Amino acid sequence: MSGAILILGATSAIARGAAAAWAQRGHRLYLAGRDVESLRRDAADLAIRYGVAVHFGTFDAAAHDSHAAFLQRVNDEMGELEGVLLAFGYLGSQAKAAGDFRETLAIINRNFVDAVSILNLCADQLEQRGRGFIAGIASVAGDRGRQSNYTYGAAKGAFALYLQGLRNRLFPAGVRVLTIKPGFVDTAMTWGMPGLFLVAAPAAVGARIVAATERGRDVIYVPWFWRYIMLIIRSIPERLFKRLKL
Amino acid sequence: MNTLNKDIAGWGRYPVQRCELVRPERHAELWSEVPSLLARGQGRSYGDAALNEGGRVVLTERVNRFLAFDRAQGIVRAEAGVTLAELLALTVPRGWFPLVTPGTKHVSLGGCVAADVHGKNHHHDGAFSRSVRELELITAGGRRLRCSAQENAAAFQATVGGMGLTGIIGEVELQLQPIESVYIRARHQGAAHLEDLFRLLQESDGDARYSVAWIDLMSRGAALGRGVVMNGDHAARDELSGGRRLTPLRLAPARVRNIPCNMPGWLLNSLSIRAFNAQYYRREGSRSGSFLLDYDAFFYPLDTLTNWNRLYGRRGFVQYQCVVPTASALPAMRQLLQHLADSGHPAFLGVLKRMGAAGAAYLSFPMEGYTLAMDLPMQGAATLALLDAFDAVVLQYGGRVYLAKDARLAPASFRAMYPQLAEWQRARRELDPHGVFSSSLSRRLGMEEGA
Repeated sequence: MSGAILILGATSAIARGAAAAWAQRGHRLYLAGRDVESLRRDAADLAIRYGVAVHFGTFDAAAHDSHAAFLQRVNDEMGELEGVLLAFGYLGSQAKAAGDFRETLAIINRNFVDAVSILNLCADQLEQRGRGFIAGIASVAGDRGRQSNYTYGAAKGAFALYLQGLRNRLFPAGVRVLTIKPGFVDTAMTWGMPGLFLVAAPAAVGARIVAATERGRDVIYVPWFWRYIMLIIRSIPERLFKRLKL
Repeated sequence: MNTLNKDIAGWGRYPVQRCELVRPERHAELWSEVPSLLARGQGRSYGDAALNEGGRVVLTERVNRFLAFDRAQGIVRAEAGVTLAELLALTVPRGWFPLVTPGTKHVSLGGCVAADVHGKNHHHDGAFSRSVRELELITAGGRRLRCSAQENAAAFQATVGGMGLTGIIGEVELQLQPIESVYIRARHQGAAHLEDLFRLLQESDGDARYSVAWIDLMSRGAALGRGVVMNGDHAARDELSGGRRLTPLRLAPARVRNIPCNMPGWLLNSLSIRAFNAQYYRREGSRSGSFLLDYDAFFYPLDTLTNWNRLYGRRGFVQYQCVVPTASALPAMRQLLQHLADSGHPAFLGVLKRMGAAGAAYLSFPMEGYTLAMDLPMQGAATLALLDAFDAVVLQYGGRVYLAKDARLAPASFRAMYPQLAEWQRARRELDPHGVFSSSLSRRLGMEEGA
């Protein structure tokens, strides 16, 4: 069954990779984001390469009051949704957040509050329908707080907990919830940063996300070995961890 | 946007220079306000054309979206970071093929335009620009300018073959040619020496759409310039049999191997190349009759060996490609090959092609005549001195050197080889009065400076 899929934050590189993998399997897509011109280009590209219908429209993650009308518009154009991928996020700057609470708030809102606002509505809809999936991009940064990015980590960690709860709630309804925890993926966010290793291509990550939704997986790390890296990092005793410069 | 200061090189891996890289994900991020800017596609030019030492280089690889594809008319429009490999994957199953293709499909459309690349059919179909219906050029200040042979014609003729120095090529619209199958009907003919090779190229000119000669650069004496002429035409569906006829537009994926790291510098020496060439000449020159190859095997044989430039080792290689007008081509090529033989310098891949009439672009390389390309391992001063001697021969016969391959041409030679430089400079000044767009190539050759 190749139902319609809504991608929130569709112009990110990982979202683009997942969109290509879904389009290749014949799914219709709705691309949502802030930058309409980029969405128009992405939609044209996917439609031409894979011969599927690709719709797009603006989505303002911060305008929570607009989310219900937005979802209605998506339903009007696409009919019922088979799944939703939430791919927007904001890394921000921990250094800036330390001295500027607006930055702190921006990081927490974009990565957690805004995401919860739209996914609550999606969850209700999928629960009623009794099938489908929700996939959300969290982060390995949410697995343990570190001085270099703990505001971002806290927001992503909260988002991962939210998805965990949602998975529990939606299980009886037959709706699957996938938590994606990217390590180093070759995107605009990480490009050029020093100290990166074994960086994954967004197309490969996108294909894994799509495969994971089909197999009904709960939590995936991309690339896969980040599960073990984070296992080690989580297992370091706090008495020791707090002394590390991470 | 993140920036990355990195040592980069062209395909020949000489020279290596430090540039400030950015890699936008979107078309809207291509332009940025910096003192010195240059776009770089797949980095398949050989020398310093896609380098901007000390300045900014915009990698266009992620700005690669198809924007329109008219399956009835064979017109495709795309962001300039799209590669020919991506284009082929989209259009070939629908029966459309690029009108002009260079010897690798791992090139961006923007790069094809900027170098006004040519293929084995230049004598029939002209250079890449012949298939370009329209361009979108992002000029200094971030302004988007539509141009074509009809609209903003001066900007178009300065951008085609303009080596990225008029702005960033944002979008390209191409006219494709219809094909009935992915196959090429190929014919090989061995030529015992250079005169023979020229004769065969002239004869094949009339009937074969694609024509190219492999030339054994290590042959000496009476066999100087021996080689194999390779002709081809797109095969029609009714020339095929069996399964090929049922699915004529389906391509079997080529087996691709990778050169994982730099090979030792001595690998490609005179002895090993001579042995390879002798075997290749015997095998390919003696194939009789016509045979079918898929387009990957015919046009892109080296693409099956990823990172083949590593075969030349850490010091890299230079490709020397020149074109000489028809009337004096034979003596000029003989002199070049004799210089090479006398120098004892190893040279690997040699290619000789016939070219048709020049286009209207100011700095486009092709002109009516013959073009010779040779890959030489970089051996420092000896290599550079040999290439200077080549330049003298090419200049003497009224020819020119291909900028997309160049890493070492002298400014005075460049000026003598490109007589339309003043027109190009005029168009460029209008588009970029403050000289924001610049490259290591343009500074080395003094391309911006008055005559």
